[in-house]
Amino acid sequence: MAWRDSRRNRSRLFLFISSVVLGIAALVATLSFGHNLRTAIDDQAKELVGADLMIGSSQPLSPAVQALPDSVANRKSEQCSFASMVYFVKSGSSRLVQVRALDGDYPFYGSFGTEPVRAEQSWRTGRQALVDKALMLQYGAQVGDSIRVGELSFAIAGALEKAPGSNEISTTVAPPVYIPLRWLEQAGLLKRGSRVNYQYYYRFIPAVNMDRLIAAISPRLGAAGVHYETVQSRKERMSRAFGDLTEFLTLISFIALLMGCIGVASAVHIYIREKIGGIAVLRCLGVKARQAFLIYLIQVAGMGLIGSIAGTVIGVGVQQVLPAVLKDLLPLQTGFMLSWTAIGEGIVTGMAVSILFALLPLLTIRKISPLYTLRLSVEPAAMIWDPLKILVYAAILLFVDVFAYFRMQSSSKAIVFTASLLGALLLLAGAAKLLMLVVRRLFPAKWSYLWRQGFANLYRPNNQTLILVVTIGLGTTFIGTLYFVQQLLIDKVKAAVGNNQGNMVLFDIQPDEVKGITALAKGEQLAVLEDLPVVTMRVTRMRGMTVEQAAVGRGRREGEGRGERGTAGDSGGQRDSLPRWIFENEVRVTYRDSLLATEKLTAGRLSPPVRSPQETVYIRVDEEYATRLHLVVGDSILFNVQGLPVATVIGGLVKADWRQLQTTFSIVFPGGVLEQAPQFHVLATRVPSTVVSARFQQSVVRAYPNVSVIDLELVLQVLEDILGKIGFVIRFMAAFSILTGVVVLIASVLISKYQRIQESVLLRTLGASRRQVLVITLLEYFFLGALAAATGIGLSLAFSQVLARVSFESSFAVHWWPVMVLFVSVCGLTILIGLYNSRGVLNKPPLEVLRREG
Amino acid sequence: MENILTIRHVSKTYTAAGRALSVLEDIDFSVRAGSTVAIVGPSGSGKTTLLGLSAGLDRCTTGSVELNGIVIDGLSEDERADIRNRYVGFIFQNFQLMPTLTALENVMVPLELRGEKHIRNRAKELMEKVGLADRLHHYPVELSGGEQQRVSLARAFSGQPRILFADEPTGNLDAETSAKIEELLFGLNREAGTTLIIVTHNAELAANTQRIIRLAGGRIIADETK
Repeated sequence: MAWRDSRRNRSRLFLFISSVVLGIAALVATLSFGHNLRTAIDDQAKELVGADLMIGSSQPLSPAVQALPDSVANRKSEQCSFASMVYFVKSGSSRLVQVRALDGDYPFYGSFGTEPVRAEQSWRTGRQALVDKALMLQYGAQVGDSIRVGELSFAIAGALEKAPGSNEISTTVAPPVYIPLRWLEQAGLLKRGSRVNYQYYYRFIPAVNMDRLIAAISPRLGAAGVHYETVQSRKERMSRAFGDLTEFLTLISFIALLMGCIGVASAVHIYIREKIGGIAVLRCLGVKARQAFLIYLIQVAGMGLIGSIAGTVIGVGVQQVLPAVLKDLLPLQTGFMLSWTAIGEGIVTGMAVSILFALLPLLTIRKISPLYTLRLSVEPAAMIWDPLKILVYAAILLFVDVFAYFRMQSSSKAIVFTASLLGALLLLAGAAKLLMLVVRRLFPAKWSYLWRQGFANLYRPNNQTLILVVTIGLGTTFIGTLYFVQQLLIDKVKAAVGNNQGNMVLFDIQPDEVKGITALAKGEQLAVLEDLPVVTMRVTRMRGMTVEQAAVGRGRREGEGRGERGTAGDSGGQRDSLPRWIFENEVRVTYRDSLLATEKLTAGRLSPPVRSPQETVYIRVDEEYATRLHLVVGDSILFNVQGLPVATVIGGLVKADWRQLQTTFSIVFPGGVLEQAPQFHVLATRVPSTVVSARFQQSVVRAYPNVSVIDLELVLQVLEDILGKIGFVIRFMAAFSILTGVVVLIASVLISKYQRIQESVLLRTLGASRRQVLVITLLEYFFLGALAAATGIGLSLAFSQVLARVSFESSFAVHWWPVMVLFVSVCGLTILIGLYNSRGVLNKPPLEVLRREG
Repeated sequence: MENILTIRHVSKTYTAAGRALSVLEDIDFSVRAGSTVAIVGPSGSGKTTLLGLSAGLDRCTTGSVELNGIVIDGLSEDERADIRNRYVGFIFQNFQLMPTLTALENVMVPLELRGEKHIRNRAKELMEKVGLADRLHHYPVELSGGEQQRVSLARAFSGQPRILFADEPTGNLDAETSAKIEELLFGLNREAGTTLIIVTHNAELAANTQRIIRLAGGRIIADETK
């Protein structure tokens, strides 16, 4: 019976289900991509590290530590990497890069991607360099050209297309330049205080048991402040990072699917209302309510299956596009492989949610009275508290929660996701309804008939206006929020590089170079806005705890099951442990006796300079840093200042205004302590133009090749570039929500086409011209698009405002041009789709249209 | 008295499933302005098709239709729409009100399509005439079948048409309501001097008109004038 009943409606039924096709496609694509990515990580992890083991530190490793893995290693490489300026001789321009001085034949697994290919080996033999390909393009450099790194010139042996473990974004921030390690000393780049990473790569003989080796050497590496990476640890780290990425994309896809399902519920609702007469006749003929319900449930399930399969096929196609979309974020190549698990999961999820959502309108079938055949006014009684409907709502929420749980592996996160999604939908629906109500109330009654009719059409019986506003509005909210937050971040940086602040920072300046660089700046009429000494040191003891004691405290806390952190004022629990990185990482501090204009003392007091070695050294600590480590005024910290122990006590907490561009430090010493310690300086200046900037950089690089320059305008460009790349990925997935909204719109237009045609034919019969009907139709879709766009944009502005205040502690200024463009685009798209699908009504004689469509 | 409608040797053929189906054949008659005519006949005799052709809602296959002195066959769809708006009124069996407009707004539609201003009072007067002064702001779904047809009547007369086509105007109503609608229809028609052409199965309704044209198998089999 279900089969026979659907005979004349199959195309319409499929139209309902088409709303979920894109959601399923996105879901299958992301699930399959995640599967392929995991496989790629497993296959390529060795090539990502390029070795079996990497150990590294910010200090040169002692021969004893270097020798730890030597007994089982058959090959070894050494690399020093640091930020430095490189000077392109031909173009006469310079740029901050990451210099990687390498010795040995690293990578042992995989290879550098170079152009020409022979450069992969040839650069190691002479005074040659491998230069990032994008950097070469940017500065018009070619193979054979010279670059200056420090005091030496290197010939460019080749363009570096890929290095182990690098991705497009990481190389955008600091493009790599490889030089042979043996030239590093002559280049004169390493000075006291230079921030260098020393890395040692090992390849082991095949029989080595890595777990046993790591277990044996890791305590000694830890004690020496050395970090390490194995193929396994890289694999785990990447799986975690990219697992988060793919799960995020999967959840966005799932939201698109749920949007489609809301469309299905709405469309099935209309379908069932149109079927009431037929169902009533069946009930007269003796069909039980349950049987009538099953007839339509089977139809919806059948179409759900077809929709899921269609979505899966499209999803497999989209899966092939995803690696290209994500290429800038991925440090590895992902192949294409069908993931039957992902396909199965996509089909089951698609079927389940389409049926669950369709059940809501289908349940009304049980209430259709046979009396309807006699009296048209007898409609199914709408029960507000239908227990079965409540059960279906609960089942939907449970399904969403279970799906989210399997993605995030955390019940609390899954509940937050489900609650947020429910909240967002209710908010969107509420906002849409409110807006519709307000517009309806305020709509000028004196406007011409065409405008009023176009607007009134949104409220026709069985309209899907709210559903369309919600689905299209959600896509708009996604896109809008993403764009506004991106703009907010860029504005923040632009504001930081304001007119009166520094826009160029020079660092790694040795004390004896400060005068010379200041003179160079004066020669270019540039004022030195800031000159700060920076001293590098390590924490040996904090609040009386060494690294070992901190670890014991942490272990005890974990054993007691108290996992959450409190505030600095909390007693006991939070203060008896410290994270390991406090002791392992270097700290860079400055010293001065006064507060900057951007700083405010929030606790303690400002200590005077230290006059004698016997005096207690009172330091100032940044408030956020203190909160994170539960530090309070009076806590003691023992520093190791390059071999010399310096005992200090926290004398005050300082709140810095991070919105102002200033070299800000977590720890500031008073005067009289660090003046004689090895240090370097940071200078800030403001360059008025790119020409002056280039000229000044060149003169600095020529005279002081060890000094690095950060041009904040360039940072801004890089930031825009990175945000653009990340934004593109999210927009790509968010597009599925927009497209789902479009499909729901098309389905809705086609479903209500008969009713529209009746209205248009009636108007034509009453003498409306083609233009008048066209204008009414156009206005109807304009109002629909405008309501959806306004709702979506309104919510995205609200979300951006909240994010600005809460997450970025910043004010949010609306850029009206993008708002207008988004509004016009959404309206335009809606009008276009609406008119295209209504085109048949406009040109034909009324009776012909009725005959054709009827 | 002049002819308001002249049908000359009109035939209409549809193509269905690749086969030509003749619905009307060689129909030829004219209607005097201000007269009342009923077109009757069994189902499938071509009554509604004839009404559609006469009102310019469709094009005939052969022959010609002259409405209010204008031959409408060669006119574009917009030109015919304009003629309908100026000279023609309609009443349908299933009322055909715009569901998104109130009763009053439905009555105003033909005038608004003409671009006329200050029409609210005229529409209100008509609503009063059909006894629905208290239902001005109700939507069609809030009105009974009889009330909807009365709104439809008010709308048909709002444009002061020269000719009114009614397709089974009482077909969906009970006897008592039908009688009231008939009374209103003929009353308003007399008052306005409009030509009335009714397509109906209802012999009683047909009997109230001055002339009855009988159709069968797509042809006129009788044309009786009282």
